[in-house]
Amino acid sequence: MAHENCKHLLGSLSEYIDGALGDEICAEIEKHLAGCENCRVVIDSLKKTVYLYHVTSEDPQVPDGVRNRLMQRLDLKDLIDK
Amino acid sequence: MSDENILTEDGFSLTALQAGDKVEFARLVDAYYQVIYRLAVKILGNPQDAEDILQETFIKAFRYLPDFNGRSRLSTWLYRIATNEALMLIRRRKPDAISIDEPRNGDEQDQEPLQIVDWCCMPEQEMLSSESREYLDQAIESLPTSLRVVFVLRDIEGLSTLETGEVLNLSETAVKTRLSRARLRLREELTRYYGDRMGRKPVANEGGR
Repeated sequence: MAHENCKHLLGSLSEYIDGALGDEICAEIEKHLAGCENCRVVIDSLKKTVYLYHVTSEDPQVPDGVRNRLMQRLDLKDLIDK
Repeated sequence: MSDENILTEDGFSLTALQAGDKVEFARLVDAYYQVIYRLAVKILGNPQDAEDILQETFIKAFRYLPDFNGRSRLSTWLYRIATNEALMLIRRRKPDAISIDEPRNGDEQDQEPLQIVDWCCMPEQEMLSSESREYLDQAIESLPTSLRVVFVLRDIEGLSTLETGEVLNLSETAVKTRLSRARLRLREELTRYYGDRMGRKPVANEGGR
């Protein structure tokens, strides 16, 4: 990642892993990746980072009582009186 | 217009909601209270604060539903209320520490990768142990607020770039830039953590090949 090319690509990697870049820049990135192991590691770990947050997105469980307290609160006059 | 029953994209009667129908409103609350609670936990890092924000969000939603113009999705509108409430709470607590509009110097700079360790082959079970999950939460909390909210909305709640921009009043370009920076910072944090767990000392970048 110390190469100028690597730095140049850094800002595009996030969109690259989302598949949101045009063909031209994708080709440029892929050409660079073929010869740069560090960047391949960065891309793989960036993808894994996003993946881990995705699979844990349903954490935490909503604790017992939250729904009841919410429904109770919503019946207060706060809500009825404007 | 008043005789029509206007339905939202997610199947709620906007007409009933805007007329103050409590049954329809309770249905809306049931559909979204879990996502709003989780959003608040992830922005604030604290269950009690999150519960307060959850309640404030639906109180405000009920009050302001008559003003909802239907230009965004109802869910996006709820996210917007909740996110604003959470950010206001953070501002009240630390008046000098946060600006969502103008991040402080350095908050938003690209995190140049320093940790180059391939931890992707670790068993998923270990990556998702309860200790690891706690670390994932801590890593989010370590982000500057301006990056954290974007990451939570896009990558955890799964909103599109456009919707995230609507929630935060940001351009799509700003959303993409902040998301990129948040992801790179988190990658760095996770690489340090999982690299250590792999029992290997993370190798500092020595310039590639």
